[in-house]
Amino acid sequence: MLLAFDTSSPTVTVAVHDGEDVVAELASSETMRHGEQLTPLVDEVLRRMTITARDLTAIAVGVGPGPFTGLRVGLVSARTMAYVLEVPVYGVCSLDALAIEAVDSGTVTGPFVVASDARRREVYLATYDDAGLRVSGPDVQRPADVADSIAGRPVVGEGAALYPDAFPDARGPRRPSAGWLARCVTEERVELLDPEPLYLRRPDAEIPRAPKPVS
Amino acid sequence: MTVDEPLVLGIETSCDETGVGVVRGHTLLADAVASSVDEHARFGGVVPEVASRAHLEAMVPTVERACETAGIALHDVDAIAVTSGPGLAGALLVGVAAAKSLALSLGKPLYGVNHLAAHVAVDQLEHGPLPEPCLALLVSGGHSSLLRVTDVTSAIDPLGSTIDDAAGEAFDKVARLLGLPFPGGPHIDREARSGSSVAIDFPRGLTSRRDLERHRFDFSFSGLKTAVARWVEARERSGEPVPVADVAASFQEAVCDVLVRKALDAAAAEGIEDLLIGGGVAANSRLRSLAEERASKLGIRVRVPRPGLCTDNGAMVAALGSSIVSRGHAPSSYDLPADSSLPVTSVLAD
Ligand SMILES: [Zn+2]
Repeated sequence: MLLAFDTSSPTVTVAVHDGEDVVAELASSETMRHGEQLTPLVDEVLRRMTITARDLTAIAVGVGPGPFTGLRVGLVSARTMAYVLEVPVYGVCSLDALAIEAVDSGTVTGPFVVASDARRREVYLATYDDAGLRVSGPDVQRPADVADSIAGRPVVGEGAALYPDAFPDARGPRRPSAGWLARCVTEERVELLDPEPLYLRRPDAEIPRAPKPVS
Repeated sequence: MTVDEPLVLGIETSCDETGVGVVRGHTLLADAVASSVDEHARFGGVVPEVASRAHLEAMVPTVERACETAGIALHDVDAIAVTSGPGLAGALLVGVAAAKSLALSLGKPLYGVNHLAAHVAVDQLEHGPLPEPCLALLVSGGHSSLLRVTDVTSAIDPLGSTIDDAAGEAFDKVARLLGLPFPGGPHIDREARSGSSVAIDFPRGLTSRRDLERHRFDFSFSGLKTAVARWVEARERSGEPVPVADVAASFQEAVCDVLVRKALDAAAAEGIEDLLIGGGVAANSRLRSLAEERASKLGIRVRVPRPGLCTDNGAMVAALGSSIVSRGHAPSSYDLPADSSLPVTSVLAD
């Protein structure tokens, strides 16, 4: 039994895979508030399967890129559960899960791009071949800066819908799902990563200058 | 659940320390802390995103270290306690998420607790059961509060708090003015030992008769910080050397004088004979000696945990969790939020 979850998008998504296929999948009813929604969803998905955490044999987690706060909720949960349960934990680039879903569901055929919302008028972007294998990225990009180089290729993910001028050919799915994340890992179709967040940006912090005079 | 001597693991991530403590009843078994303070030093203060990143990296290793030190297996614990507020939102969230995952994986109850109440409860690990009611003075880089503690697990009333900077913040800012490293508290304390506390008459915030009408038990350290800055600048302008030890001692005296004066006034007003001092600034040697000196004249007993338990740590959260379990309070649910402004009246989150 593999437990998978992803907290890289505004939706928290949780799934269980039994080795054959996804046997349970839940998504948060509200967006954001990952910290409040993840564990109740994990609890509920286990209850639905009438299993306990002790029955899990592996954990898979989306490592982003995505908003840092949500990412950390997913990663610290995955690491902690794996440590307690003494099972392996696999990290997956969240854009890869979107790519595999796009290929398998037939929304794309040839080479394509996945873009998610990076806020600040930027996207997290990676390029894929026709089988859904990552060719480049993920990187933080301004939509206008990459529009020319990816012209002609469809763009999967929420980032596409947000910037129609740069990405006129937007395709589904929009946000990563834990079910596809679980399939990617079980079927060994993605690069398995350490459970480290893909921040792709440094913390905003400034080294202070000398104190300002007060008088 | 009611257990006499519960084995509790506590997690604390409200600021820059990743703390994991283990207690059995009121016996301290382990207090593992990983600090990211060095990463913040060059920024002159705690950078929330840097702290949050460090908590994620330190969490599992610190849990592991705490269990090793305590000589327990995780499966033996009776409950998991975690600081759910107040503190830095993103930092709290890492600890709360880890605690939920521990509780769920182990099938043990989860208790989301108040950081300030934990600063009070920690003293039980050193000095035994808390006298209740007691008066708590909590002073650190993040808080400066006077609390009436009727029951540390369920009834804490705020009497006063800072209206601007926290006491520890004032120490950090003055240290910077004097060219001393961050965090400033220990450095000011050391410099002050060779200086004169009466060399410069710095202002005592919110102690005038008018202020006392509205802010009898509140603190203000922003004016003091500005006064120190003005004094130092005037010195520099006149080309004279800044007497660092005297400035440090006089500043420290102004802070400690107000803290102790107001704490003892509150104790008298509430008819309480036990004063507990906690938080990082409680490690300040002058605060301890001044409190003991003045309190003894009034017949008030002073309890101060040793410095390692005054600063933020996981043992304090475990200690509060242990009292909560012993008194039979219901656990928190898995949708427990991290609440950066959790009021002290809320000791245990539902
Ligand atoms: Zn504190």
